[in-house]
Amino acid sequence: MGLMAQFMVWFDDRFPATKVWNEHLAQYYAPKNFNFWYFFGSLAMLVLVNQILTGIWLTMNYTPTAEGAFASIEFIRRDVQWGHLLLGMHATGASAFFVVVYLHMFRGLLYGSFRKPRELVWIFGMIIFVLLMAEGFMGYLLPWGNMSYWGAQVIINLFSAVPVVGEDLAVWIRGDFIISGATLNRFFALHVVALPMALLLMVFLHIVALHKVGSNNPDGIDIKKLKDEKGIPLDGIPFHPYYTVKDIVGVGVFLFIFCMIIFYNPQMGGYFLEAPNFTPADPLKTPEHIAPVWYFTPYYSILKAVPNQGLGVIAMAASLVILFFLPWLDRSPVLSIRYKSSIYKWALMIFVACFFILGYLGMKAPNEMRTLVARICTVYYFAFFIGMPWWSQWGTTKPVPTRVTH
Amino acid sequence: MSNDGVDLGKRRFLTWATAGVGAVGAGFVAVPFLGSWNPSEKAKAGGAPVEFNLDKVEVGQMVKVKWRGKPVFVVRRDENTVEKLSNHDGELKDPGSLVETQQPADVDKTTRSLRPDIAVIVGICTHLGCVPQHKKETEVTWGGGFFCPCHGSKFDLAGRVFNGSPASTNLVIPPYSYLAENKIIIGVSEEKGEA
Repeated sequence: MGLMAQFMVWFDDRFPATKVWNEHLAQYYAPKNFNFWYFFGSLAMLVLVNQILTGIWLTMNYTPTAEGAFASIEFIRRDVQWGHLLLGMHATGASAFFVVVYLHMFRGLLYGSFRKPRELVWIFGMIIFVLLMAEGFMGYLLPWGNMSYWGAQVIINLFSAVPVVGEDLAVWIRGDFIISGATLNRFFALHVVALPMALLLMVFLHIVALHKVGSNNPDGIDIKKLKDEKGIPLDGIPFHPYYTVKDIVGVGVFLFIFCMIIFYNPQMGGYFLEAPNFTPADPLKTPEHIAPVWYFTPYYSILKAVPNQGLGVIAMAASLVILFFLPWLDRSPVLSIRYKSSIYKWALMIFVACFFILGYLGMKAPNEMRTLVARICTVYYFAFFIGMPWWSQWGTTKPVPTRVTH
Repeated sequence: MSNDGVDLGKRRFLTWATAGVGAVGAGFVAVPFLGSWNPSEKAKAGGAPVEFNLDKVEVGQMVKVKWRGKPVFVVRRDENTVEKLSNHDGELKDPGSLVETQQPADVDKTTRSLRPDIAVIVGICTHLGCVPQHKKETEVTWGGGFFCPCHGSKFDLAGRVFNGSPASTNLVIPPYSYLAENKIIIGVSEEKGEA
């Protein structure tokens, strides 16, 4: 036995390294028909690593005080060696995170990946999504630009809609009667310590739950039903090396686009970094037009569409909460859109259109026409989910093959 | 390990009793963690009253004063404007200022001020806390007042919210009082003293 093998024996006697490697990579059998939509889980992990790494480095020069925050960001941008790049990687990474996560979630909608037995995979994933939103929101306050300030003002005031204790709750969250250094400092603590730890834990649970039940696939077929004499699924291939190599190709393409944005268009025309945020926070002056960063705008649109503050907040919260129940809302006999009735295809297509329209309207100043359209889309958004237990059973489904197609 | 001869009832009782006492302890430990999020003494001390000289405000003009870190709008309204305030009740959600939390008891319910010509209004939209813009009567078609750029809430020149706005309540009137003919103090009401 070679020296290395001897060392591994010594190591495995004390820590299940080889066992874990095999269970989760070398002998974890994933369906062999993964397609384009299966890149985004591993890309989300890549972006998470990017955010943590660049985040730690940014912390080294950032000052979490109302007096120093804005200046320290400009200091990082101009004077810290490579600072502009770290800042660009982190800011673009935030938007990239939501791009890949939204695509990752859409994949679930396409192929029914949230259906039994993957309910917990979906719920853990939803918790990750909500944590990510909190992370994005709190991170956005840290540059202490005027949009940071007023964006946070609007969102924290959502809590004041809670009956009776609302106003006190908002003061408690801010630690002051207005957004101040106290708010900034606690957001900083949550953004760099508490939420990332919670995120890592949830990502761990998400993957543990996934590996317990096995990955779904574009056909929505359970590959564990048909196994060879060794107990290996006939339609399964080991995750490593097959999908690790496939994912590396995805990483290559992703990084190409990611770097292009960082190098040539870090503000992405005002969508990733908004112009008013290049002026310092001013508690006495709201920017002409307040809009959250693009990844929040669909929910923000729902908030604006409801002509009553309390109900608007409830509607916005409900638009997220309802997603948690998705595994129990879809009652179609088949998982994948490939075999679902055309009703599902149309319903999903209109849903995606509504989501985009809401996202667009959330960035725009309200007027009568836009409010009307936002209301229609909001109604559809909820009707899609609330009616799903019924309409998902309508129409005729196609027969599902026993083996995956590719 | 066998459970022979074990009093399971007693064991269950002890388990729950330990867990219960532990939970109470955890509840007490949570107090400092949650309490430390409340405003500090320094933040509380930042809420001192401010004085303001009305000579600075022309008719129709709006001046912002900072009180407790918030913008307070001081507007001088002419007689014509004041008269119009009582003519559009139908367009307002709360024309008679019935929501008591939105103004001190000593202001008029229609003009929402101590003296009809001077309006003192906290410039924080009651919807989600943006600072509304002052729109003069000549600038807009809806009679002038305050327009919130965030979600389009509209308020009249007494800070009363128009129907169709996402905001549900009128703008807040801070406690204030007159120190002299042309001098007010924001944060101190005539009856109750300092807020």
